[in-house]
Amino acid sequence: MKIVVCVKQTPDSEAKLTAQNGQPSWGDAPLVINPFDEYAVEGALQQKEAVDASVTALCIGPEAARDALKHALAMGADEAILVSDPALEELDSAGAARILAAAIQKIGDADLVFFGRQTIDNGTGLVPAQVARVLGWPLLSLVGAMTVEGAEIKVERTIEEGKQIARAKLPAVLSIMQSVGEPRYPSFMGIRKAGKATIPVWTLADLGIAAPAQAVWRAELLNPPAHDSHCEIIKADSPEAIAEALVEKILAEKVL
Amino acid sequence: MNTWVYIDHFNGQPAPASWEALGLAKTFGAATALVFGQNVEALAKIALEYGADSVLLADDPALAVFSPEAFTSTLAALASDSPPALILFPTTSRTRELAAMLAVDLVTGVLVDVTGLELADGRVIATRPVYEGKLLEKTTCSASPQLVTLRARAFPKPTPEAGRAGEIKKVSAQAGGAAVIEGFVAGEQGVSLTDAGVVVSAGRGVSNDPAEGFKLVAELAAVLGGAVGASRAAVDAGYIPYANQIGQTGKVVSPDLYIAAGISGAIQHMSGMRSSKLIVAINKDAEAPIFQAARYGVVGDLFTLVPALTEAFKKKLGK
Amino acid sequence: MDFSLSPEQLMAQKMVRDFSQKEIAPIIKDYDRKQEPIPFMLKRMGELGILGICFPVRYGGQGMDYLSLGLACEELEALDTALRVAMSVHTGLCGMTLLQWGTAEQKRRLLTPLASGAKIGCGAFTEPGMGSDVAAMQTSARREGDVYLLNGEKMWISLAGVADYALVTARTDALAQKPSQALSTFLVDLNSPGVTRGNLHGKLGVRAGSTGWIAFQDVQVPLENRLGHEGEGFKITMSAFDHGRYTVASGATGLIRASLVASVAYAHERQAFGKAIGEYQLIQQKIAQMAQDYEVARLLYWQVGWMKNQGQRPTLQTSYAKKFATEASFEAANQAIQIYGAYGFSDEYDPERYLRNSRGAIIYEGSSEIQTLIQAGYALGEREDKPLRCELPAYDETFWQEN
Repeated sequence: MKIVVCVKQTPDSEAKLTAQNGQPSWGDAPLVINPFDEYAVEGALQQKEAVDASVTALCIGPEAARDALKHALAMGADEAILVSDPALEELDSAGAARILAAAIQKIGDADLVFFGRQTIDNGTGLVPAQVARVLGWPLLSLVGAMTVEGAEIKVERTIEEGKQIARAKLPAVLSIMQSVGEPRYPSFMGIRKAGKATIPVWTLADLGIAAPAQAVWRAELLNPPAHDSHCEIIKADSPEAIAEALVEKILAEKVL
Repeated sequence: MNTWVYIDHFNGQPAPASWEALGLAKTFGAATALVFGQNVEALAKIALEYGADSVLLADDPALAVFSPEAFTSTLAALASDSPPALILFPTTSRTRELAAMLAVDLVTGVLVDVTGLELADGRVIATRPVYEGKLLEKTTCSASPQLVTLRARAFPKPTPEAGRAGEIKKVSAQAGGAAVIEGFVAGEQGVSLTDAGVVVSAGRGVSNDPAEGFKLVAELAAVLGGAVGASRAAVDAGYIPYANQIGQTGKVVSPDLYIAAGISGAIQHMSGMRSSKLIVAINKDAEAPIFQAARYGVVGDLFTLVPALTEAFKKKLGK
Repeated sequence: MDFSLSPEQLMAQKMVRDFSQKEIAPIIKDYDRKQEPIPFMLKRMGELGILGICFPVRYGGQGMDYLSLGLACEELEALDTALRVAMSVHTGLCGMTLLQWGTAEQKRRLLTPLASGAKIGCGAFTEPGMGSDVAAMQTSARREGDVYLLNGEKMWISLAGVADYALVTARTDALAQKPSQALSTFLVDLNSPGVTRGNLHGKLGVRAGSTGWIAFQDVQVPLENRLGHEGEGFKITMSAFDHGRYTVASGATGLIRASLVASVAYAHERQAFGKAIGEYQLIQQKIAQMAQDYEVARLLYWQVGWMKNQGQRPTLQTSYAKKFATEASFEAANQAIQIYGAYGFSDEYDPERYLRNSRGAIIYEGSSEIQTLIQAGYALGEREDKPLRCELPAYDETFWQEN
C-alpha cells in the first residue's frame, strides 16, 4: 500500500508577521513544515505501522522547501519528492491541486493521499477537496481516526455538528485532523536518513503539464488595523465590586 | 446584479451565516438562494423570508446527505446553464469542500473565509485573514463565477420578513458521492461556538480544579446565551473536549464579546479569537499577553471573579 | 573552517528543542518550586534517544557525532539545567568514559543498556571530604579473588537516587606514592547488596533535578566491571571530567541564551518613562554583553565538539569553554534579573531560576579555580597532554552508524 502525504513549508507559527511592501515578512523566524501537515505525516506513519504501507512526502515549493520534506523523512517517511519550477511561484489552490494531482499520478499506485487540514499561511483549506476532484477520487475530510479494511478505508470525521463515520473505496484523498495524535518527534535514525536522502526535483516538464492558469490573486497584503492596545485594568476592593464595574463597562460597549 | 447564495444546512438545520450571506447579496442587487437536499422545501421558504428573490431548489433523495461530489455536480450544472457572476457561501466544513470542487469544475477560484467584501463593476475585492490572522489580504478572483465563502458573523444578519414570497424553482439534482456516511454522533448540544455572539473561554488557569473552573465558565456563558471555549492547553490537559478548542488548531470565532479566563494568550490562541469585537481578560498574571489584546482586564483569580461576574450579569440583565 | 551545522545536526537540535518546549516548558516551574525531579524526564529522554545521542548504533546509541551532544545540551539547558545535568552524568561522565576506556566486551555489555536509555548511569567521584582534590579520595576497593569489595561514601552525585549504575573511582592501592597509581575506576551496579543512597534537599538551584549520596559497604564489584587497568583510575577520572565539562560548557551556553532571549523579549515589552526599556543604552549594554558571551561560549564548545570528532583531546579547550560559559551564564542571569526589575525577583518569571541554576556549575566538575590552575599549567608549560592508553575514538560516521 502506498500513501502520499502532501506537505507545505510555512513560517513558524510563533513567528511575528508583518506586511512589508505587499510581501509577508517573518524576520529571522524559521520556515517549518506546516504544523497541520505534521499531523498528516503522523497519520500516514500510523497507517504505515498498521498496514505495512510506504509513505512518500510530496511538496511544491522552492529549493528551500526541501527542509519540510526532510522533516517528514526524519519522522519516518520513506521517500520525498519536491516539485519546483520557476513557473510555479504564483499558484492558487486549484492550480496547486492540479500540480499535486499530476505528481501523484506520476508517483503512481497511490492508495491514499493525505493532507493537513489547512496551511497556516493562506489557510484556504481547499486543496484536499480540489485534488480529490481533479483525480476523481473520494474525499474524506477532517479525519481524526481511520482504519484500512481491504480495498476500503473507514474513518471518523469531525464536522461542526458532531462526528461522522464514513467509508470510501481506495484510492481516496484524506485531510487529517489533530485528533489523529500528536506528531512524533523525528528519531535520530530518521534524522540521519533524512540528512543523507536525495530528494528528486520534478519540474513542470517532468510532470508533462503547463503551468495552471491563476484565478485567485492577492491585490494587497495588509497589517491588521492597529489594535487599541490600551487595556483598562478594572480594580476594586472585592471580586463583587470588580464584577459590577466590569459589567457596567461591558454593557456600555453595547455589544450584547 | 443577481448573486447566488448557497444555503448550507445540516439535516435541514441552516447554518446562520447563510442568512448573513443572503443579506450581503441583497446589498448588491437581487439574490437567488440555492437550497439542496431532501425535504428541504421549508428551508427554501425561509430563504425567501430572509430576502431571497428566488430559490433554486434541488430536492432529491440523491442529496439526502451532503456529499461534496453530488452537490458540486448539481451546482456546476446550474452554473453552466446560466452563469452568475458571484456565488456566496457561508464558511462551513461542507461549503469549503463544495466551493473547492466547484472551482475545479468551473475553472475558477474561491476566496475563503472572507471578513469584508467590496464590489466594483461586478468584481469583488475580498478581505480575508491570512497567516493565522496575523495579516490581512485583499484578494480577487479573475475568473467567473467568483466563489466567495463568508466567515460567520462577519456580516450583519438580515431580519426575516414573515410570509415573504418569491419563486421557488425546482431544479434537478446530479448523483455522485464517493464516500458512504455510516453513522453520526451529534456533538454537545448548545450554542455553536462559531455562531455564538458571546464566548467564554478558560485555559490552564483552571488547573487547580478544572471541573469546577469549566462549570463556572459554563454558568457565565449560559447567563449571556453564549458558548464555552477553551485554550489548547486546557484541551491538551484533558479538561474539555477538542470541539471547544479555539485557536490555530481549533475553531476561529469572532463573537461580539469574548471573555478569556485563565488564558495566557499564546499566539496560537489569539489567532482564533482576535477578531472578536470586545475582548475581556481575567488572569492572575498581569504580564499575560492576553491583556495586550483585551479592552478590559482583571488581574485576579478566575475562581472568584467568574462567579462574581455571573451574579453581576444576572442582576443587570434581570435574569 | 566550516562553522555551519549539518542538516542532521540542525534537525537533532530542533528535535531536542521541540521536546523541551512541548513537554518540559509547561511544567518546569511547578517541579522547580516543589523541588521534585520531573518524573518522566529520564524515561522520555531515553525513549527519544537523547541520552544516547552520540554513541555508536552498535552500542545502543543514535550514531550522531560529539558536537550533536553539545547542541543537545545547549537546547536542554536553555529550558532547564536539570535536563542537561542528566546528560552530564549519564551521557558525559558515565557513557562517554565507557566508550573511551571500556573494552569491546564492556562496551557491548555495559554501554549498550546505558546508550539505549534502558539503564541510567551516573558518575560518583566527589566525597563528603573531597571534591577537586581527586587524589585525596577515601573510598576504597579491595580485591578479593574475582571481586572488589567497595567501601566508602560519595556525595553530591546527580541522579544518585535513580541511577542503575555509577561510575565510581576508588583507592585500590593504599600505599601508592602517586595518586596516578592509587586509584581505579569501576562501573558499579547500584542495586547490589551493600549500596545505600539518598537524596539531598535544600539546594540553591537545579531543584527539578535529583542530587544525592551513595554509600558502599562491602559492595562486591565483579572484576569484569573494572574499567581500564588497576591504577588507571586517576586518568580515567580526568577523562570523565573532560566529557562532563563539555556538557556543562555547552549547557551553560544554553543558559546564557535563555537569559538573553528573556531579556530581549522583556526589553521590547516593558515601558519606562514613555518608551520600551530596550531603547535605553544601559539596558542595551547588558543585552549586548549577553549576546557576545553567548557567541563566545558557543564557539568555545563547538571547538571542543569539533576536536572530539577529530579524535583530538581537548582538555585545555574544554576548561576554557567550561569556565567561560558557566561564569557568563551566572552573569547573564544576574543581568536578566536586573532588566526585569522587581519582576526578576519573583519566581513567576524565569530569570531567578536561571540565576539559581547557573551557580552550581561554577563549582562542580572542576570549580573555576581548578579551571584557572589547569589553564595556567598549560600556559606555563608545566602541563601537557601525554598520550593515553585509551583515547576517545574519533567520530567515524560509518563505524558509528553500522549495526
